[in-house]
Amino acid sequence: MNTAAGTTGKTMSYELKDGIVDLVLHRTPCNEIGSQSLEELELLCEALRRAEQNVRALIIHSDLKCGFSAGADLRELYERSQAMEKDEAAKGVREFLHRIHAVLNAIDAAPMTTIAAVHGVVFGGGFELALACDLIIADKTARFAFPELRLGLIPGFGGIPRLKRDIGNAVVRDLLLTGRSFNSTKAQQIGLVSQVVSEGEALRAARATAAQIAKFDRGTSAAAKQFIKPIPHEELRREIEIFCDLFSRPAVQAGLKKFVESKDAQPYLP
Amino acid sequence: MFMPTTDQTLTEILNLAAAHFKVPRQRLSPDDDFFKSLGIDSLQTLDLLTKLENHFHVELPDYELQGVTDFRTLAGKIQARL
Repeated sequence: MNTAAGTTGKTMSYELKDGIVDLVLHRTPCNEIGSQSLEELELLCEALRRAEQNVRALIIHSDLKCGFSAGADLRELYERSQAMEKDEAAKGVREFLHRIHAVLNAIDAAPMTTIAAVHGVVFGGGFELALACDLIIADKTARFAFPELRLGLIPGFGGIPRLKRDIGNAVVRDLLLTGRSFNSTKAQQIGLVSQVVSEGEALRAARATAAQIAKFDRGTSAAAKQFIKPIPHEELRREIEIFCDLFSRPAVQAGLKKFVESKDAQPYLP
Repeated sequence: MFMPTTDQTLTEILNLAAAHFKVPRQRLSPDDDFFKSLGIDSLQTLDLLTKLENHFHVELPDYELQGVTDFRTLAGKIQARL
C-alpha cells in the first residue's frame, strides 16, 4: 500500500492524520539504511509531494528500543561491493549516494515542517537523516555520532554540510575527527537539538510541537523555512566526490570487513 | 562542593548498572567484566554511558572507554572528570 493516507513497508511505515505525517522506522536490528530503506524513503517523498497541500508537518521516529538509526547498512554495502567488480561497486555506491541525497534534499526542503523525534543511537546515516529535518527533539537516551572515519570514510548522506550549516565548524570537527558520540544534553548545548525530554517522551513532544506548527499559515511557514534553511548543494556534491574517492581505497574494504565480521563487544564504540 | 571518593563513585556505578539492567546488585563486583556480568552488547554499553553521563553530569568520550571492561576502571575514568 502506498497512498497519501499511509503505507506499511518493510523498513518503515507512515500515516497521515490531521495534517501530520507520522513516519515510523522499524527495520531491525537498528534501522540501518540500505537499498530497501532508500526505496521506501523515495516512495515517501513522492507521496509527500502528492499530498503537499494537506501536510503541515512530518515527524520521523523509530519504534525500536536501540534507537533512531545506527546509520547506513554497512553489511549490505560490504556484501554488495564484494560481489561486484571494483568499478561496478564504485558505480553502485555513487548511484546510491545520489539517490539518498535526492531523498534527504527533498526532506530538507519540504514545504511542511519536519521533526526528527529521536532516542538511543542516532549514528552516521541516521544522524544525517535527523539533520535533514527542521527540528530535532531528543529524549535523554539519545546519542549522536559520526563514526565513519573509523572505516576510512566520511559521512556520505550529507551530514557534514548540514551539520556545518546548523552549528559551529569546531563542533563539526570534534564530532567528525574523533568519531565520539554526544549525549542529548550536550547536543542541546551546542544548538543541535531543540528540546530534550524524558526517556520515551520524544514522540509526544514532537506531536505537541507539530500541533503548534499547524496553527500557523502554511505558506508563511514554508517561506520562513526557505529563507532560513538553504540547502548547501555545492558542498553536498563535493561530499559525494570525496566519499567515492575514499571508498575506492583498499583500507575501506578492510575496515568494512572488520566491522561486519566483528565479534567485539564494542563495535559501535569509535 | 561535595566531591565523592572513587569508592563512592564506584558504588554509585554498581547501583546504577544493577538497577538499569535489572541485575541483582549483589551479583556485581568492582572487578567484574561488565559486558559479562550485565550481559550487554555495544549498543547497551552506549546506553550505560549515557546513564552515567547524565547521573554524574560529566562528558565521557567513547574512546576513553576503549579497552575498559571492569567497573573499577570505569569509576576511575568518571572520577577524573568530576
